[in-house]
Formats: sequence, C-alpha cells, structure tokens
Amino acid sequence: MNIVEMKGITKSFPGIVANDRIHLEVKEGEIHALLGENGAGKSTLMNILFGLYQPDEGEIWIKGKQVQITGPNMAGELGIGMVHQHFMLVEPFTVTENIILGNEPVKGGWIDRDGAEREVREISDRYGLRVDPRARIQDISVGMQQRVEILKMLYRGADILIFDEPTAVLSPQEIQELMGIMNNLVEEGKTIIFITHKLKEIMQVCDTVTVIRRGKFIDRVKVEEMDENRLASMMVGREVSFAVEKEAAKPKETVLSIEGLHVTDSRGVGVVNGLDLEVRAGEIVGIAGVDGNGQTELLEAIAGLRKVQKGKIQLNNSEITNQRPREITERGVGHIPEDRHRRGLVLDFTIGENMVLQTYYQSPFARGIHLQYDQIHQYAERLVKEFDVRTPDIHTPARALSGGNQQKGIIAREMDRNPDLLIAAQPTRGLDVGAIEFIHKRLVEQRDKGKAVLLMSLELDEVMKLSDRVAVIYEGKIAGWVNPQTTTQEEVGLLMAGGSTGTEVKH
Amino acid sequence: MLDVLTNILQTTVLYATPLILAAIGGLFSERSGVVNIGLEGLMTIGAFTGAVVTLATHNPWIGLLAAIVAGILFALPHAVASITFKADQVVSGVAINFLALGVSVYLVKSLYDGAAQTPTVKETLTRLPIPGLDQIPVIGPALFNAFPTTYLAILVVIITYFLLYRTPFGMRLRAVGEHPRAAETMGVNVFRMRYIAVLISGALAGAGGAGLSIAIGSEFNQTTVAGQGFISLAALIFGKWNPFGVLGAATFFGFAVGLALIGQIFGLTTYIPSEVLNMLPYILTILALAGFVGRAEGPAAVGKPYETGGR
Repeated sequence: MNIVEMKGITKSFPGIVANDRIHLEVKEGEIHALLGENGAGKSTLMNILFGLYQPDEGEIWIKGKQVQITGPNMAGELGIGMVHQHFMLVEPFTVTENIILGNEPVKGGWIDRDGAEREVREISDRYGLRVDPRARIQDISVGMQQRVEILKMLYRGADILIFDEPTAVLSPQEIQELMGIMNNLVEEGKTIIFITHKLKEIMQVCDTVTVIRRGKFIDRVKVEEMDENRLASMMVGREVSFAVEKEAAKPKETVLSIEGLHVTDSRGVGVVNGLDLEVRAGEIVGIAGVDGNGQTELLEAIAGLRKVQKGKIQLNNSEITNQRPREITERGVGHIPEDRHRRGLVLDFTIGENMVLQTYYQSPFARGIHLQYDQIHQYAERLVKEFDVRTPDIHTPARALSGGNQQKGIIAREMDRNPDLLIAAQPTRGLDVGAIEFIHKRLVEQRDKGKAVLLMSLELDEVMKLSDRVAVIYEGKIAGWVNPQTTTQEEVGLLMAGGSTGTEVKH
Repeated sequence: MLDVLTNILQTTVLYATPLILAAIGGLFSERSGVVNIGLEGLMTIGAFTGAVVTLATHNPWIGLLAAIVAGILFALPHAVASITFKADQVVSGVAINFLALGVSVYLVKSLYDGAAQTPTVKETLTRLPIPGLDQIPVIGPALFNAFPTTYLAILVVIITYFLLYRTPFGMRLRAVGEHPRAAETMGVNVFRMRYIAVLISGALAGAGGAGLSIAIGSEFNQTTVAGQGFISLAALIFGKWNPFGVLGAATFFGFAVGLALIGQIFGLTTYIPSEVLNMLPYILTILALAGFVGRAEGPAAVGKPYETGGR
C-alpha cells in the first residue's frame, strides 16, 4: 500500500519553478530515496509534505486519504516527521527539552521533567539511539544531535520519517551508525523518505528511489535493479565519470615550502606542531588525515587567516609568514576555504559582487574610490558563464544559490586570478556528483597549467584520486608521504591513526 | 552606624524597584526574540498615566492599574511594527521612546494649563509595613516597610522564574527567542508568543514607571524617568537575561541611582559635587556593559524578525 502519494506537485518561487508536476509514491515500511542534484527541488517537495510550503498545484494522499497539509502541526497529526538538514534544535536547551517542546507533559501546571526524561530514555533505548536526555545540545556531538532530531519525531508518534540529507554533516562512522538506525526504524514498522545525492548510501539501505532533476520527475525505480553509474546519469542527465582522468604530473620548481611550522587553535592549544611541507609547480599535493589533526589550521596559516607561532612559510622563495591576507592573496595564493558560508562568500552580497571580493579595489573594478560596476558586472557575467554557475542572474544574493553553485562561484573567483598556489579545502563537501566531477576537472586543469595545488579533504577517496602525492597529517605533523598510485588503504589508515612511517616517496 | 546601613539599604530598595519591574519586562520581550529599547518610553507613559489617573480618581491603585494598561497599549505598536511588519526592532523602540515623551509632555501641558509638570499627587502609594518582619533590625525597615510596588517587583521576579523555567509557556517563550524556526516546526506559534511577551513587557515597564510618579515621587514631569528605562535595559544584560540575575543587577543600579541621596547622608557631597554623583549610574551602566560582564550572550534570535516559510 502507498502510505504517501504526491501527485503532480508544482511549486514556484519568484524566478524559479522549484517543483514541476512531481510524483512521489512511497510504500509502507520501505526506505524510499529521493535523489536529485543540489537545487533539483528535493527539499522544496519535502517542505510541502511537511506543511512548511503550500503547493501551487497537485494532490497529496496520506494513508489512502487526500489531505491538505497546512502546517507542521497538521503534518504531525498525520504522522509525518522530519529530520531537517539544518538541525532544528535549541542549543541551550537539554535533549529532553528539545524533544518535548510544543508537546510538554504537564503535572500540576509544571512541566513533568522526570516523566519526560524517562520516556525519552525509553524510546532512545528501544531504537538504539543512545542519547543522554539531560545533556545540553551545545555540548553534544553532531551525530547525537541528529539522533535527538530522530527522537523528536518518534516522541510525537510519527511513522513517516523524512530525512533531509542526513549524512551531509556526519563522519563516516556516524553515517554507518545512522544506516543501522534507519534499518531498526523500518523493522519497527516505520516508513522512511531519505533525501540524498549520495549514491553509495542509496545502494546500501534503500528499497526504491525516485529521481528528480531540475524540478521535474524523472523516474521511480527499484534499487536492486540499479547501479551507481546508472543512478548518477539519471540524476545528472548525462554520463558521469567517477574516475579522475589525468596524466602523470610533471612537477617543476618549489612554489610553497613550509618549515617547522607551529600554529595554535582558537583556544591556544598547539595543533600544528613543527610541520614541514613542500608543494611544487605542476602537482597536486593532497593532505589526508582524520578531522582535527591540524589540517584546518595549517591551511588558514598559509592563507594568513591564522597567526603562525613559529616556523617559516615561503611562496616562490620569499617569505609570506604572518603577512596580511590581502598581501598573501596578491602574492599569488588562491584559497577555496573549508567553510564556504563563513569564509568563502558574503552571503548577502550578490553573486556578482562576490566575484571581486579580493580585487574590487584594483583596476579595472575601481577607479580611485569609485567602483566601476559595469566592469564588475561584465567580469561576473563571464565567470558565471565559464564556470557554469547556475543562478537567475548575477544580481542574485549568494545566499539564494544552492551549495554547489555557491562553491562554483568561489572556485571561479579563485581560479580566474590564476594564483601560483591554489589551496582547496574540502572543495566538494556536500556537493552532488555532477558538481564534484566539474570541480575535480578544474583542479587538474590548474595543475596542468603548471600551478601548485594543495588539496585537503576528509574524504580519503577524493585525496587519493586527485593527488599526485599524499601527505598524511597526524597530530599536527606530516606522519608520512604515500604515493596514491601504489599505496593501500591499510597503509594510509595506519598513518592516519598515528602508526609507523609509510614509504618515502618524496622524490 | 546601623542607621546609616539601614538608610543605604532602604534607598537602594526604593530606587531598584522601578528598575526591577521594567527590566523583567524587558526580559520577557528579549527572551522571545524582540529587542525592547522602548522600555524608557513605556516607563514614561506609565509614570504619566499613573500620576494623571491618580490625580483624577484620588486612588493610587487605580493609577497603577491604568499605568499597566497604558504600558500595554504603548507596547502594542512596537509589537505590530517589529513582529507583524518585521521592522527594525531598535528603530521601532526608539520611536516608542520619542512618542511616549512627546505625548506625555504635551498632554501634561494641555491638561494642566501649560504647566511643565503635573500638580503634586497627594494620594500616592504609601509604605506598607509587614507586621513583625519590619521589626528585624537593619533589613526590616528596608525590605518589610516598603512600597507595595517593591513587593510587587519581588513577586514578579519569583513568578517569572517559575514561569520561564517550569512551565510550557516559559519553555516555548525561550525557544522562540533562541531558534524560532525550531519552535515553529514543533507547532509553537512564534508570532503569538512574541506578541504576548512584548505586551507583558509593556505592562511591567508601565508599572515600573508608575512607581516613579506615585510611589517614590509624587508628580510627573519630563525628567521623571530620565534614562531609567535604559538603565533597566543595562540591568537586563548585566543580569544575563535571568530573573534573579536581573534582580541583582537592578539592585546594584538602584544603589547607584540612590547614591546621590546616600551621598548626602554621608556628607559626601562636600567632597564630590552632587552632579557627579548623579552621573554615576550612567557611568556604571557603561562600565558594567563594557567590561565587567564579559561577553553577554543574549537569546540567539533576539533582534531578528521571523518569517514563516521563507526561502
């Protein structure tokens, strides 16, 4: 039986049709994937199902009855719960308070805290969610926060659970844990709608998949009859290659050289501890490592965003240690920052303005103190076209773009300045396969133009595929170098965990 | 010596009372996510209404009640502007301040033949000793022979604490000020919560204002409030948006406001001009906010208008 049916759903926003006659049929007790690129309209469709948006056209049937979902309250009454991509948790509240909010058990006029905690613990145990009902949200891990979100739905007795890109914020271990929880939930009779663009995860846990592309329904298929390549091409609308095609690197002179670098984190704890590193023109050096081993601080120090305590950073044989970021940028460093919202873009500026964040004061964008907007716009138009940034126009605020297009914007800006050294920190985090393929190609292109590329990613696959040499970072030092062509998962894993040295391939 | 101590305590309690009421009012508003810089204006309108209605009815209790109602009415435009129309909350609050001062001074002039202040209110609220307790040395006369507004203020603090941390209403209020979207997805009506909170802030600030004109003082003129609404706002931040913290901070500022008076008791004014003493609360406000509080972390969503279903 179909527990959820959405027929011919259409929803427009100013300037864009987010959903164009989309169909969704979900059977009771299955895990149903909703697959589509960033900005394909998945979240819009689910926000309609959850009552946050009203559709312009179309019908919704829940458990065999046609309904009009006017708000989250109504969705709740119908048994629909949602784990939002950006958690809907009140940070200073405890786990229990977040779960009971809006539905508080009351005893004699007061909130029945003990009773609520007991119930939360009970549900948590039943589904193996392992949360501490008394912990404050601000003190717990992202993984546990997500389990609190799941508990919120279960506490309200939801049996149709929507997961909106739940794995985007999780570590690989946490992802595996979540998959286990999803299986538990289905065994207990729940139905799950799983919004994602990660094909591996679909193959691993889902029964059926509905594919949408640019707001349109493409197909509904059984997962067992599919493979990753076919899903990818259905999602993107063309063949996608997962392999990175590149020739052997032809490294030349040293561009970046780092000696004995010491950097502390925001709390003043040493996180980069005497690190040495060298990147040459015409090669991609990858930094692999478990999150929190100093990679973020290392890259920030090179870009001038974090103070170097000790040691030397040289670019083209001249020192750039502790220079101002503008100075470093002008000397030829491009930086695709790890956190694109905080460091990559001014979200409330237009995408056009974001294209000249480092060059606005230079000719031809400025004459004296006067900005030359016609020049800026022309330039932005060209970049948007060249780098396939999908935006209604260059006057759209960066905030309104999907993650992939925001990232393309940053990459366009950084690469077009033609820096001798390009730092790419997690350049494809949260992006779909189409965008990932595009960005990978561009990085290799940059290398082939004879530029130095320093890549940091927490996705080991990505580092291995793209890099010509890989430095494994552990506790703020390079624990060893490996050749991505000849090394094994075990060797890299051992280095990442602080095991003994790998093969020296520091040609 | 004990007399001096009693006197200091009594003065402090006296001047802290209006600050506590207004600051707790501010607490409701800001906890729900609406900045209320209009506390000053709401106190002004409360002080004005309290004096005028008491003069007309010869009953200070009716005056107090009228001040509370006037506070609510004057908070309403702030709520409409900042919640329904998503205007800038600071600008809207500043508008309330100017409007309140203008309206009350104008009305005083037209009601009392162009006078700059109301006639003296004869039937003010009077000190209400609590038999037995007021005989305790030092604190007795200060705490248990106080104006009714003082008892009201302390009661309000206690009620606010339990309301905020023990009831569904309080939890929703705090949630709306921290993460309104989360609250909405849990079925809480963000707009309604914010309206209620802003109107409560009007009621309490109005009561605080009345305390100035029909308890501590006995008339209304344009310097009756003289920045005490802003001091209340400082007390709210200094007290870290917590009812008992606010009680402590408001008491501290009450001490500062009363210092000019206390200075005379000590004969301090022979060394320091009383004008300098009068400046003290404002200087302390700046110092407290700039340095000694450390990072004051208010409700996360304070000052941000909320939009449903925004993209």
